[in-house]
Amino acid sequence: MTAAQVIRSEWTKIRSVASTVWTLGLAAVVTIALGALISLLFKNQWSDLSEKDRLSFDPTYTSFAGMSLGQLAMIVFGVLVVSNEYSTGMIRTSLAAVPQRGTFLACKLAVAAGLAFAVGIVTSFAAFFLGQAMLGGHSTSIGDPGVLRAVLGGALYMTLIALFSMGVAAMLRSPMLSLGILMPFFFLISNILGAVSATKKIARYLPDQAGSKIMQVVTPVDNDTPYGPWGGLAIMVGWVVVALLGGYVLLKQRDA
Amino acid sequence: MIELEGLTKRYGDKMAVNHLTFTVRPGIVTGFLGPNGAGKSTTMRMMLGLDRPTAGDVRIDGQHYDRLKDPLKYIGALLDAKAMHGGRSAFNHLLCLAQSNGIPSSRVHEVLDTVGLTAVARKKAKGFSLGMGQRLGIAGALLGDPRILMFDEPVNGLDPEGIHWIRNLMKSLAEQGRTIFVSSHLMSEMALTADHLVVIGQGRLLADTSMADFIEQNSRSYVRIRSPQRERLLDVLYAAGITAVQAGGETLEVDGGKAEQIGELAAQHHLVLHELSPQQASLEEAFMRLTAESVEYHAHSDTPAPSGLPAGAPPDSSAAAWGDGWQEGRS
Repeated sequence: MTAAQVIRSEWTKIRSVASTVWTLGLAAVVTIALGALISLLFKNQWSDLSEKDRLSFDPTYTSFAGMSLGQLAMIVFGVLVVSNEYSTGMIRTSLAAVPQRGTFLACKLAVAAGLAFAVGIVTSFAAFFLGQAMLGGHSTSIGDPGVLRAVLGGALYMTLIALFSMGVAAMLRSPMLSLGILMPFFFLISNILGAVSATKKIARYLPDQAGSKIMQVVTPVDNDTPYGPWGGLAIMVGWVVVALLGGYVLLKQRDA
Repeated sequence: MIELEGLTKRYGDKMAVNHLTFTVRPGIVTGFLGPNGAGKSTTMRMMLGLDRPTAGDVRIDGQHYDRLKDPLKYIGALLDAKAMHGGRSAFNHLLCLAQSNGIPSSRVHEVLDTVGLTAVARKKAKGFSLGMGQRLGIAGALLGDPRILMFDEPVNGLDPEGIHWIRNLMKSLAEQGRTIFVSSHLMSEMALTADHLVVIGQGRLLADTSMADFIEQNSRSYVRIRSPQRERLLDVLYAAGITAVQAGGETLEVDGGKAEQIGELAAQHHLVLHELSPQQASLEEAFMRLTAESVEYHAHSDTPAPSGLPAGAPPDSSAAAWGDGWQEGRS
C-alpha cells in the first residue's frame, strides 16, 4: 500500500461523482458572477459614495465580493467529499481496501484540496480580471503592490474553507449535520458577530474573517485589526489544522 | 487462515461478541451460523479491522488486518451490498478499489465479466437491483484474486436464480482451494454449501465442528408409529424395553432407528399398524435447538431458563452438550 496508489484511488472517486462538478462549478460561477455584478454596481454608484468610502475603496477586494456566497458551495464540496463516504456506507468498503486510516484521510484531503486549489486559482483570477473590467476607471492592476498576493490569496482562502469543511465533516460524519452547522455559521453567525461591536474583537479571529484579510489590498481607514494579511491567513490555517486533527483522531478511534 | 482469539466486542452493557476463539481453515467453506443479532456481522467487521475489539485478537495469515500490504489481495469481503456510492458507476466503483491496492484496471473488466455486470458497467450503482448490487459487491471481493473470501449473508433478499448463482460461485471458489467464510442465519443454506460450521448465539461460540459431525450429532432420527391399538402397542413396546412418546392423536414416536424391531413386535402380537416410518429431524430443527436459548428477539415472552454457558465453550464437544442441556432445561 503506497500513498500514490491511494491518491490515484481518491482521484477516481472524486472525479466519478456528479457532486464534485456541480459544487465546484457553482463555487466558481457564483464567486465570479457576483463579484462582477457588485463591481459594476460600485462603478455606477461611485458618485453616491462618501469621501471616507472612496478613500478606503479596495478594487481587488470588491471583485472578490462574490466569495461570501461562493464559499458556501465550497463548503458543500468539502463536506460532501468526506461525508459521502459515511452516508453511502462506502466508508466500510474504503477502509477495508485501505486500513491505514491516516493514509486514507491524508490522501483524500490532498486530492480534494488540490482540486479545490485548482478551481480556486482559476476562479480567483477570473473574478479579479472580470471585476476590474467592470470597475472601469476605478480598477487596479495585477502589477500593483499587494494585488497579486490578494489574488493568489483568494485561491488559498477557497482551498482552506474546503479543507476546514472536510475536517468538520470528518468529525461529524453526517452531511446534513455538517452543512447545518457550517452554512449558517459562515453565512450568518460570523457576519452578525462581526457587525456587533461587543463581539467584533472576537469575531476577527473566526476562520473566514481572519482568512479573508489576505484578499484585501487597501487597508480600511479606521482599521485596528491586530494582524496583517499573512497573519490572518495563519489564523485560518490554525482553525483548519485543529478541524483536521479532530477529524483524524476521531476516524482513528471510531468503528467504521 | 483467519484466527480469532478471545475476540470480544462490547457496546455499553451489551456484549455483542463474547470471547470468540476459533480458526477459519484454508481450502474449505466455513459456515458462520447464528440467529439474527448473534454478532456475526460485528465479528466480520472486526476481522476486517473496521471495528476495534474490546478485547482479544484476530489475525489474517498471522497478521493484523491493518498490517497487510494491499489487503484486497489477501482477503475479499462482501459485508453489505449497499456499502457503495450510488452515484458512481459500477466500473468506477471497482476501479477506485483496484487502484488503492495496486490492482491493474484490466482486472476490473475481468471481475465484471465474472459476475455478469459487463453490460451495466457504466451505469450508476443506485439504479441497480438488490441482486445486481450483490453481484457488484462480490466483484469487489474478487478484485484482488484473494485466497480468502468472506461473505456476510450473501443470499439475503435474493431471488432463487441469484441464490443459485451465489451457491455455485462459492462452491467453485472453494474448489479452487480458496478459504471461504460465509455467514447465514439459515441452517438449510449452510447444509448445502459449508464443509465446516461455526455456530454462535448472543456473541458466544456454541459449536465449532465439521458439517458431517454436526449432522450426525444433531439430526435426531426416530420412528413414527400410528396404530388403532395404541394402548396395547405401548405395553408391548414397554415390555421390550423401548420407550415411546405420544405425539398427539394416534401417533407415537420412538427414538433411534428401530423400525424393523417394532414391526416384528407388532406382528408377533397381531397388532394393526397404520404407519411405521423412520424419520429424520431436519438440520434446521437441530440449529434451532442449539441456539434456542440465545435467540435475542423471541416472538413470545416466555424465555427459557438461562443456563451457565462458560465463556468460549470448548469446540466440538459443545454441540451435543448444548442440545442436551437445552432439553434438560425444558423438562
